[in-house]
Amino acid sequence: MALTKILLDEHETVCHEGETVLEALLRDNVDIPFSCKQGACQSCMVRSLDVPPPAHAQKGLKDVLCKQNHFLACLCYPEQDMSITLGHQPEYFTEGTVIAKELLNPETVLLTIQCKDALDYYAGQFVNLKRADGLIRSYSISNSRRHAEKLTFHIRRLAGGKFSEWVHQELNIGDTIAVSDPQGLCYYLPDKMEQSLLLIGTGSGLAPLAGIIHEALEEGHSGPIHLYHGSRDVDGLYWIDEMRELADKYENFHYTPCVSRSDAPEGVAQGRANDIAMVNIPDLKGWRVYLCGHPDMVNQAKRMAYLNGASLQDIYSDAFHVASPTLD
Amino acid sequence: MSEATPNQSLFEQIGGEAAVNAAVDIFYRKVLADHRINRFFDNVDMEQQAAKQKAFLTMAFGGPNNYTGADMRNAHSRLVKMGLDDSHFDAVMEHLGGTLKELNVPDNLITQVASIAESTRNDVLGR
Ligand SMILES: Cc1cc2nc3c(=O)[nH]c(=O)nc-3n(C[C@H](O)[C@H](O)[C@H](O)COP(=O)(O)OP(=O)(O)OC[C@H]3O[C@@H](n4cnc5c(N)ncnc54)[C@H](O)[C@@H]3O)c2cc1C
Ligand code: HEM
Ligand code: FES
Repeated sequence: MALTKILLDEHETVCHEGETVLEALLRDNVDIPFSCKQGACQSCMVRSLDVPPPAHAQKGLKDVLCKQNHFLACLCYPEQDMSITLGHQPEYFTEGTVIAKELLNPETVLLTIQCKDALDYYAGQFVNLKRADGLIRSYSISNSRRHAEKLTFHIRRLAGGKFSEWVHQELNIGDTIAVSDPQGLCYYLPDKMEQSLLLIGTGSGLAPLAGIIHEALEEGHSGPIHLYHGSRDVDGLYWIDEMRELADKYENFHYTPCVSRSDAPEGVAQGRANDIAMVNIPDLKGWRVYLCGHPDMVNQAKRMAYLNGASLQDIYSDAFHVASPTLD
Repeated sequence: MSEATPNQSLFEQIGGEAAVNAAVDIFYRKVLADHRINRFFDNVDMEQQAAKQKAFLTMAFGGPNNYTGADMRNAHSRLVKMGLDDSHFDAVMEHLGGTLKELNVPDNLITQVASIAESTRNDVLGR
């Protein structure tokens, strides 16, 4: 094949035989980041919007990135015409209807939304919820893929928080809300079933982890699965009984609730979830690690997990960044 | 390591991109575990940083890159304001050498890598 066409944001570039996508774009004066032109630095990463990119162009990328058709422009000799993007795709929203709403603890609500179209997602991903006036916030899906039209969310109320206060006080059963396509790279793939999993979450960071755990157990994950859920005090925890029941039911699932600021009752560990986890599991070589919740916890735990032997490719995280750092 | 031919570049002799990938994991762990210098890495995203470590090693291995001295100055100017000095630079050099030793890279190649990295000292330290 001699010529292929690369479509980038309505601009068409012709890629000649023996030329990489990066070379073609640069020749065409397209402004695209790059550095090594060797597939080493990953600065030229782009994403195909239609056809799967050739496998040789995905060398060294995380498997989640590969699945989403990301590839390195400098390694890509296109095999057919491609439509690509430098950033994220324009968002697509489907209509959702609130079908259940209940409190998990004094500050967290469990919201169930029935979507008009079934969403294609992996357990652990998040969506953007959009209110009628356009206010958008991200929330993680807390269920596995069993019910792809019925999504559940754990929404923690932040004092003065625009979206979360509204969800807690005004959003009612029967109301509609726009739900975006699922996003994010912190998710479970049932590929290495014997791999050990460590999951650490603070506050509503349990939401994506719960989805991942259910998915893994339903898929028959055989490696040990350790969950550490932390909060300042016991009021900030939830699903303690549910998780204990799950641990009774599945021999390979282990659950440790943790409180950091107040006295821990019987059966609850005293300290920060990430500290306790790293003390209990000092060697994480070969483990897959999931970290969700407070950004400070996520950053610290990421570094600790890495220094304890986990490879960066195996550390997945979603930091719940909020406008001001009051979430934990 | 394959037999070196006279016209192979340093980057190729060390093992190219595969060597960079192997080295990044060892090197970055050493850097983050080192209390003399890890504070400089506190506020950077680990994923992005790993990509930058790859850029660093590719450059030090004599591989293809288009960094200029000015780029090196800019990349580290924030760190110079935080107090980056020769002692920190030396610590990084130490980890670079240690990493290559662990990967059984021959001494004569390590010397060449060290001299490439050394050549950036004044730019990195903003002098
Ligand atoms: C990938 C991702 C996944 C997430 N998943 C979840 C999830 O599963 N569950 C969950 O509960 N959250 C999740 N979050 C967080 C969520 O998206 C929102 O950020 C969170 O709910 C707060 O939104 P809000 O509109 O209520 O607060 P905002 O209005 O955005 O305010 C945030 C904070 O700032 C304070 N604040 C606002 N205005 C002022 C002001 N003028 N002066 C001083 N302080 C002020 C508020 O009191 C509040 O504490 C996630 C975030 C990300 C990025
Ligand atoms: C030995 C010579 C060195 C070389 C060749 C080098 C090379 C590089 C390169 C190529 C980058 C990426 C720039 C970019 O694309 O953004 C970088 C970033 C960085 N370097 Fe170095 N470096 C050296 C020494 C050091 C030292 C001594 C430290 C600190 C102890 C350091 C800390 C950092 C940090 C923290 C960044 C990320 C900066 C940011 O993202 O804000 N480097 N370096
Ligand atoms: S330019 Fe470095 S990976 Fe493509």
